[in-house]
Amino acid sequence: MDPKGSLYDNNWARTSSLTSPGNGLQTNLSSHPPSFYGAKIEAPFKQFNQISPTQGLLPGESNNDIKILDQENFALSDSSQITKLQDWDPSVMLNNLSFMEEKIHQLQDLVHLIVNKRCQPFGRPDELVTQEQQLVTADLTSIIVQLISTAGSLLPSVRHTLTNTSPSVGLLSQLRGNTFPFGSGPSSSGIRPQTTSGDKFFDQFTQNGVPKNCEVEQNCHIEEHETRDEDDAEEGENLPPGSYEILQLEKEEILAPHTHFCTICGKGFKRDANLRMHMRGHGDEYKTPAALAKPHKESGSEPRLIKRYSCPYAGCKRNKDHKKFQPLKTILCVKNHYKRTHCDKSYICSRCNTKRFSVLADLKTHEKHCGKDKWLCSCGTTFSRKDKLFGHMALFQGHTPAIPFDDTKGGPAGALDLEIKENNSKVGSMNFCFGSNPSSENGVQNMDVKGNIDDPTNYFSPLNLEGCNFGGFNEFAQPTFEDSEGSFSFLMSGSFNYAPKIAGETNSDNL
Amino acid sequence: MLKNQKLLKTQQHKKNNAFEILSEELIFIILDFLEGDPLAKKSFSLVCKSFYFIESKHRRTLTPLRTDHLPALLNRYPSVTDLDLTLCPRVTDNSLALVAGAYGDALRRVDLSRSKFFGGSGLLRLAMNCCNLVELDLSNATAMRDGAVAAVARARNLEKLWLGRCKMVTDMGIGCVAVGCRKLRLICLKWCVGVGDLGVELIAIKCKELRTLDLSYLPITEKCLSSIFKLQHLEDLVLEGCYGIGDESLDDDVFKLGCKTLKKLDISGCQNISHIGLSKLTSISGSIEQLILADGSPVTLALADGLNKLSMLQSINLGGCLVTSSGLKAIGNLCISLKELSLSKCMGVTDEAISFLVSKHKDLRKLDITCCRKITDVSIASIANSCINLTSLRMESCTLVSREAFVLIGQKCQYLMELDLTDNEVDDEGLRSISRCSRLSSLKVGICLNITDRGLAYIGKCCSKLKELDLYRSTGITDLGIAAVCRGCPDLEMLNTAYCTSITDSSLFSLSKCSNLKTLEIRGCLLVTSIGLAAIAMNCKLLSRLDIKKCYNIDDSGMIPLAHFSQSLRQINLSYSSVTEVGLLSLAGISCLQSFTMLHLQGLVPGGLAAALLACGGLTKVKLHLSIRAQLPEPLIRHVEARGCVFEWRDKVFQAELDPKCWKLQLEDLIQ
Repeated sequence: MDPKGSLYDNNWARTSSLTSPGNGLQTNLSSHPPSFYGAKIEAPFKQFNQISPTQGLLPGESNNDIKILDQENFALSDSSQITKLQDWDPSVMLNNLSFMEEKIHQLQDLVHLIVNKRCQPFGRPDELVTQEQQLVTADLTSIIVQLISTAGSLLPSVRHTLTNTSPSVGLLSQLRGNTFPFGSGPSSSGIRPQTTSGDKFFDQFTQNGVPKNCEVEQNCHIEEHETRDEDDAEEGENLPPGSYEILQLEKEEILAPHTHFCTICGKGFKRDANLRMHMRGHGDEYKTPAALAKPHKESGSEPRLIKRYSCPYAGCKRNKDHKKFQPLKTILCVKNHYKRTHCDKSYICSRCNTKRFSVLADLKTHEKHCGKDKWLCSCGTTFSRKDKLFGHMALFQGHTPAIPFDDTKGGPAGALDLEIKENNSKVGSMNFCFGSNPSSENGVQNMDVKGNIDDPTNYFSPLNLEGCNFGGFNEFAQPTFEDSEGSFSFLMSGSFNYAPKIAGETNSDNL
Repeated sequence: MLKNQKLLKTQQHKKNNAFEILSEELIFIILDFLEGDPLAKKSFSLVCKSFYFIESKHRRTLTPLRTDHLPALLNRYPSVTDLDLTLCPRVTDNSLALVAGAYGDALRRVDLSRSKFFGGSGLLRLAMNCCNLVELDLSNATAMRDGAVAAVARARNLEKLWLGRCKMVTDMGIGCVAVGCRKLRLICLKWCVGVGDLGVELIAIKCKELRTLDLSYLPITEKCLSSIFKLQHLEDLVLEGCYGIGDESLDDDVFKLGCKTLKKLDISGCQNISHIGLSKLTSISGSIEQLILADGSPVTLALADGLNKLSMLQSINLGGCLVTSSGLKAIGNLCISLKELSLSKCMGVTDEAISFLVSKHKDLRKLDITCCRKITDVSIASIANSCINLTSLRMESCTLVSREAFVLIGQKCQYLMELDLTDNEVDDEGLRSISRCSRLSSLKVGICLNITDRGLAYIGKCCSKLKELDLYRSTGITDLGIAAVCRGCPDLEMLNTAYCTSITDSSLFSLSKCSNLKTLEIRGCLLVTSIGLAAIAMNCKLLSRLDIKKCYNIDDSGMIPLAHFSQSLRQINLSYSSVTEVGLLSLAGISCLQSFTMLHLQGLVPGGLAAALLACGGLTKVKLHLSIRAQLPEPLIRHVEARGCVFEWRDKVFQAELDPKCWKLQLEDLIQ
């Protein structure tokens, strides 16, 4: 029953956007109290937002939640009527078709844009170019998904099964029906941006709710994914299944960079507040306190349904089809989880050139501390905080603190020579166990090979630890200290390097 | 022993090698009886080649004088398990490598507490090669860093480790030890100010066998206590001067698991732990026997009541605390019977409280009421009447106690072994009474101006077991008294007659009969000359500490016999004496001389001093006047320092000696 309503709304928005492609007028009109025109003009704004749905939810995430809930209140009052009326409406079909038409146009525009970009001279810095390219590809995928979803909805049978199989989508679209700003009446201009953001939000959901099943099938990797979620705050939440509503964003939504777009210049923002600040530059009307004010929440009297999120990745513990499904609390969690767990780690730390991240913020956090991880364990793991290192050592048997080079000073070189002769075979592996040296790719490989040859405890090399190597992990828990003989190599390498000549030799050997 | 030796020797001469019929084991058993008499062993080994080898094989403990001799020594003594390097100020990594190579797994104990210049690689060698190393003393290695401690951590069988004053060591090094030495039973981290909660916590988590844990003066807080109190075998916990631990942060839950085995708890100087914290700390540890609360929070009723749970308690030290009468009475009312109690320097100790306390704890063996200035004869009377089993009574500077009270002590407490009456009104009658304590081994009657030779004669007559006698500034004493004591107390090991100005060489002649004399202090005995000192030197071969400051009449002629005979001398103070570079240079012949103090030596020439400094190879500490520094060549100073010697430059002005009575008056002025 419901998806139609949502589609209707969507389509309405799309069609209206067709009628008013220009942007100039719209700014003036949008300050008016909500009218049909106002809604109409608002539409292209929505479209922009659809391209990059969720990222903007990152910061003001709670705000968004509240907005959604506000919409819910309406939903309860009149959603059912609207949706029933719209059941099996051929005009919906028409709307859908025109929407698709429009989307195809947009697609064409985008492709043109790309072609133009290629023709441009290379005056601009690479960063900008790549950023733009990312934006464009995100746009492309988003539009294509919309196309597919709308096309799918044209088939009546498909729609029915969908509503049956995914109740959450049904709910969503039900809500969506109510966000329709027509009859809601006394919303002043101050509240307007809020409702629109709510609209955006639901647009995305409804649109993505439809193709979801196909997506899931496509991504159907059977392998089990143990996830490393930093935002697993809800781990111990234990909500009874069913006491909350499960929402599932699609991959494309999750990966789209921005949510808030300027209706005038198209610049994207992650935060609505930043967009509002930006809008000031476009004219005095955006400088009014009302326009700059934070969209305030309307406290609803109805009990709110708790929302939880599901990861679209099939087989993931965070996916709602998983046996031990653990929902994600917020959209931010979804985004970070998805990127960290199911995406390539494309950001590489420029300092150490080893650590990779899929979330930019993680990289930035790391870069703040990179090289400062002075608390080093014999297993090669570094810690930015001493207590973390000691917690680590308390947990694992045989892990000792690795003492930095300069601490072993004071011994005469003669004795050291002896040591070196004795342990020469080990030196190769030792020298590189210290992560503090910016070891080149070559060096690292070399070390690993050597470790394999003469040291069964090569698990302690930083390489193996790097990617959460659980095989190596087991090796740590060996009960006796003797087994971790390799760990001492750090201490000894410290003393080796004190004898400068020899240290030089070993280095050159390895490199 | 020596007789035995001579007998052996003579036999040796008669029958050539009669000892061949004795198996090695039997001779070893004979040698076991010579333990504790190094000279006897030495003479045994010098008898003949076979004795020499047998003695070499028998020796388990080696205390070398210089590391230069190490290669030869290691060769000669193959069965050594304990290596005491405290006489070697300079121990390098090479020396340790030699030791490790020579003894390997046989070595069990190494003491490096007085040595410097060793580092990580030497310790690593020791740890790697000597798998059975059980005890390692690294105290005072102030320059040692984490790297070296990490090397120590490879000695996996280590059970006792002392790291006192290793100030450069941090949590990281201690972490290595915690992980490496899992069998540790004792670890001393006193003054390791670089070690904090994390290191201590890891030690407690990893070393489950710990019995003794000394964390004195560490910047630790209550965070590490929960781990410490999970140790299942902990018996001795020292938290002296841990200011970071306070009441409010002590969590009840921490102590629920509790060290049930804890026997000794030292929280002296922890001013932030009041009775509340104490009761939490001891809440589960019912087996505590010894409690040291010195310099802590006031001893109130609440604190004393908290002790009631400790049914095994035997010893309480409240030294330096503010004490209330009600608190002391509550301690008296404890249901247990205390064996030891210290109220040393406690403020607020009254006659009434003491009397009540001792009437309840009649089984007291050791009592310390040093500087309880308010107590009078009443207290002493009740102590004497109640605690007849006292073996140790220290009551320095109980100035209100009259001379009659001491008579009572002698009458009642006949088991006394240690008595400190310094700065008291005790007189000859008192000493006469005290002489009944036939087991007395230590008597301190310094600054007792009322005692004379007569009193001392009583002591000499009856207290034949006396080992320590302190007569500091007891000016009533003359040669007669000393002679009486020396005649009656042949075991005397320590005598202090500083500023007993009537003492002459005759005292030293009589003293020279006490062949066990180890410490002699005759500061300011103006009449003593080199002749008396020579008598001491010739007969008291074990003399290791000598203080002849302000003995103006002692000159080089006293030094020469000293250098010749007193081969055990470690420490000498020559300030103000008439010794010159000749005497100094001769002293260089004493190979184990470690420390000398020479302030205001009038006849000293810088060149002579320099030569003496160079000649004494084992010096660890030299106290000199600052003015001399400029006269000594800098390279020389550096050279001597590189051998492990520390110079202490003092800038004291020349002080003329005061009249003893005048001195006492000055002291009393200072107190008031």
